[in-house]
Amino acid sequence: MDEIQKSLLKEVAALDALPVGAYNIRSNGKSAARNTTASIDIVTKSDKQGIDIIIKPGTKNQSVHIPVIISQSGLKELVYNDFFVGEDCDVTIIAGCGISNCGGEDSRHDGVHSFHVGKGSKVKYVEKHYGEGTGRGKRLMNPTTVIELAEDSVMELETSQIGGINDTLRVTNAKLAAGASILIHDKILTEGDQKARAELFVEMNGDGSSCDMISRGVAKGQSCQEVVIRIDGNAACNGHAECDSIIMDKGVILATPQLKATNVDAALIHEAAIGKIAGEQLMKLMTMGLSEKEAEEMIIRGFLQ
Amino acid sequence: MLRLENISFQADGKDILKQIDLTVDDRFVAITGPNGSGKSTLLKIIMGLLTPTSGRIYLDGEDITELSVTERANRGISFAFQQPVRFKGLRVRDLLELAGGRDKKGGERFAHACEVLSEVGLCAKDYIDRELDDTLSGGEMKRIEIAMAAARGTKMTLFDEPEAGIDLWSFQSLIAVFEKLYQETSGTIMIISHQERILNIADKIIYLKDGEVLEYDEGVRVMEHLSSDIRPAACSVLLNGRQNTYAGKR
Repeated sequence: MDEIQKSLLKEVAALDALPVGAYNIRSNGKSAARNTTASIDIVTKSDKQGIDIIIKPGTKNQSVHIPVIISQSGLKELVYNDFFVGEDCDVTIIAGCGISNCGGEDSRHDGVHSFHVGKGSKVKYVEKHYGEGTGRGKRLMNPTTVIELAEDSVMELETSQIGGINDTLRVTNAKLAAGASILIHDKILTEGDQKARAELFVEMNGDGSSCDMISRGVAKGQSCQEVVIRIDGNAACNGHAECDSIIMDKGVILATPQLKATNVDAALIHEAAIGKIAGEQLMKLMTMGLSEKEAEEMIIRGFLQ
Repeated sequence: MLRLENISFQADGKDILKQIDLTVDDRFVAITGPNGSGKSTLLKIIMGLLTPTSGRIYLDGEDITELSVTERANRGISFAFQQPVRFKGLRVRDLLELAGGRDKKGGERFAHACEVLSEVGLCAKDYIDRELDDTLSGGEMKRIEIAMAAARGTKMTLFDEPEAGIDLWSFQSLIAVFEKLYQETSGTIMIISHQERILNIADKIIYLKDGEVLEYDEGVRVMEHLSSDIRPAACSVLLNGRQNTYAGKR
């Protein structure tokens, strides 16, 4: 692995060396390193690109790293990763994709992650997307996340795209059974002429299910973001969606929260706000010695933290 | 030493401050006066948050009138807002680190900032990772605001009505924070207050009304006048007293 690839790996998965536990590192379209454990197996798909991650029932306090890095200009791939999480597990999954494109051709990674989370299990999923490079070729990513939560399971998602991706369509679809709950924190920063569209859709189908979705976006330069957040309440459930955005320069943000209730006991709430950085926030940090630019950077860093 | 020379401020055609001429060379100066008298405007002009319509400001002999808020902060002025600002995502820790400063002694001062937070009644370990958003009450935000300004330990610290929004039980610990700041730094504290307990410990009191300094004298003397101010029969005596006192200071 060369220095560019190592740097990408650190950026998307905070890895300086091979991680502890199960992992599969995909580099320029191939598996570069893999490790399985007694309770977590990783199997290459035979019918298409991608892997199956099989986590045995009762697996606790273990992690799986599956970062993808692309440094070859012009590489385009569509990868399917399926996670089968058994019952009564407690695991952390670190995904993420980094593209470095210094060439003239577009590089593109489309990833479809499907989660089948067993009864009573708890999953934390962290996914970071990042792009860099000075070439004319674009850096493109289109992640799709499909989630099925069985009864009383819990999933927490921290997904982010902090700069460097020219164009993206990020889709998350989750279906919740009775007693299941999901917490989604999605963060996007766009700049220059980048474009991003995010669709977050949670369907609560069982009594006692709940969801909390928080989407935060910052659009700088002439970039454009579109965010659609939708919650369907089809049972006695609780849902909350918050879409909060900061707009700067000539950025454009279109935020659309949607609620649909088909059950009288579905309690659904949404909030959406778009605005520039408040002048009083800048002033407060300037009274503590920061320049206006430093204050602005600190506010955005905190907002997307 | 702070010198304000003929400071005036107008907004919407109204005179908010009228040719304020003041030299502040005492360590603890309270500013009091009725609502709308221009107290907050005066402090904001010193910090650079507002630009005076006319006049000059000197800090230790340097003309700081044209300096930005950042430049004034880095020259040693701190400001605690009357209405603390909330931030989505930023944590108490982030402001503590800023208050600690970015030089080599930043670490030590970060620890000191944690102590000050505890002194205003907020256990640092419970609050350090709290977000500065709506999950904190108005009183908690206010105490954090005061602690952060005090923790910078600068040569001049400006407090805009620190008692507003603070419960009676927390108020005593605030007084202790001001007293400690007074003892531990050689700096000046300027504080807008209506609280007798703060006015009583001030070296000097500035009494502002309708954008003018009607009194600027030792705390005891101004307090005597202010207490007689509420008796209508004493009005004419008070007015003469004010004019004499202020004229004497100039």
